[in-house]
Amino acid sequence: MRFATVLRALALALLLSFLIAPQRFAPLFAPLTQYGAPPIYDQGNLLSLALAHLVTVCVAAAASTVVAVGLGILVTRPAGRQFLPLSRTLVNVGQTFPPVAVLAVTVPLVGFGEKPTLIALFAYGLLPIFENTIVALQTAPPAVLEAASGMGMSGLQKLVSVELPLAMPLILEGIRLSLVINVGTATIGSTVAAKGLGEVIIAGLLSNNTAFILQGGLVTGLMAVLLYDALVALERRVTRTVQA
Amino acid sequence: MISIENLAKDYNGTRVVDGVSMQIEGNSITVIVGTSGSGKSTLLRMINRLVEPSAGRVLIEGRDTREEPAHLLRRRIGYAIQGHGLFPHRTVEENIATVPRLLGWSASRISERVAELLTVFQLEPKTYARAFPHELSGGQAQRVGVARALAAEPAVLLMDEPFGALDPIIRAKAQEDLLDIQRRYGTTILLVTHDMDEAFHLGDRVGVMSGGRLLQYDTPERLLTHPADPLVARMTGLTDRAMRLLSLTTAAALAAPGSCAGPRIAASASLREALSELLWSGSEAGLVIEADGSPRGIVTVAAILAHGRPA
Repeated sequence: MRFATVLRALALALLLSFLIAPQRFAPLFAPLTQYGAPPIYDQGNLLSLALAHLVTVCVAAAASTVVAVGLGILVTRPAGRQFLPLSRTLVNVGQTFPPVAVLAVTVPLVGFGEKPTLIALFAYGLLPIFENTIVALQTAPPAVLEAASGMGMSGLQKLVSVELPLAMPLILEGIRLSLVINVGTATIGSTVAAKGLGEVIIAGLLSNNTAFILQGGLVTGLMAVLLYDALVALERRVTRTVQA
Repeated sequence: MISIENLAKDYNGTRVVDGVSMQIEGNSITVIVGTSGSGKSTLLRMINRLVEPSAGRVLIEGRDTREEPAHLLRRRIGYAIQGHGLFPHRTVEENIATVPRLLGWSASRISERVAELLTVFQLEPKTYARAFPHELSGGQAQRVGVARALAAEPAVLLMDEPFGALDPIIRAKAQEDLLDIQRRYGTTILLVTHDMDEAFHLGDRVGVMSGGRLLQYDTPERLLTHPADPLVARMTGLTDRAMRLLSLTTAAALAAPGSCAGPRIAASASLREALSELLWSGSEAGLVIEADGSPRGIVTVAAILAHGRPA
């Protein structure tokens, strides 16, 4: 546990120091360049690209969470049960439809920039949150639900004060999966002029600069790993108070 | 008092409760006993409308239970179930405070009531108020479940196999506690069980259910001595009904004036226990002793045996 904490702190320190002062790492990347090409990405500020990348992913995940959890609640109520197959189909389409194809379809509708990327990430991130919400709400202990009704809670009171708190660890797990997948997927947004770390990778591909590609990939990867870790820690905290 | 009138429930064309009518006296314990699938739980759950009846009605203190929304009705009726159903994400204190909070009690009144109940149920408030359910033993969790059901001082308490998950020793203790609680608060308790011994031990009146029908609803003595149906006789136990009958009367009730050198028998002991004690010690008579240590009189084997025959 201690070793993992140290490792995590080191990874965070490495990521931040690279984003704040990338030029210091130039000697490290220099052997990967040819014909005197710049070893560190120089067509934009890496820190602001990373932040823009993170913001895009988080906004998309927030939207996915609201819709997926809302749908999950709806289809587990007696009145909404008949919408379960339809909702599941829609959400599955969001996951099977490749994000690149979503971009191709949405660019003509909403134009270049962040919007098509947000739509693609939103659709791609729905499935894990939706499925986890449903499983969590459907597997709540029957005796606990029976007690909640027997005590005289209304449907809404039962949902807010019993069902959702008990479902929280699984819902958070769904959000985590969705976020981490999308940190990587968001790089394709740069093909339609969304600000993000994909820019660095694409610049590398265009100019045949392996150093750029590696930088974009490593920063994205480190962000995904750290985000994953942070959310696991949060889930553990929540689970401790919810465990049966 | 609860009046159940011609209550019935159909599930997909199957009648699980079939025209049950009964009067449940206030300030008493009524036990419904039956095998699984007899409809006893459904009957209980129709009283607080966790199950809506297909036909018939329930009156509590003369008021039809359908006069108010079901969730408001349930706040006035205590409900305790097997496996306690405590909210795992809430402390013992918060669990017990559930209904008072729903009713909008003041914080000071709630904490007073929680402390009182914890003390009554022998759970030291300092240690247990902030504990989570998973930190409790089975017996403790069960007591918290009953305390939660009683928190808002309901006049009626419904219990569905409340002691089903407890081992025999803890279970016997929980049954004694329930009798104390009933005397203390004067609550009208309706309890459902499949355990005939539990029914006879706790019930002022016992209803026997089978196949959705209430076969007989009577005092434990009358169920043993005058079973209305062969099935009732079989369920109450043909082979040991004399011993069951003895277990319904205390030694104090049979004590005759006098004194003897036989074994000392507690006044609260049942005749069954008294007989067992006399057989064990080879005595013809025993001395009945009150809780305060004073002699009450004597009880003889002959008197006990005479009591074990139907009148």
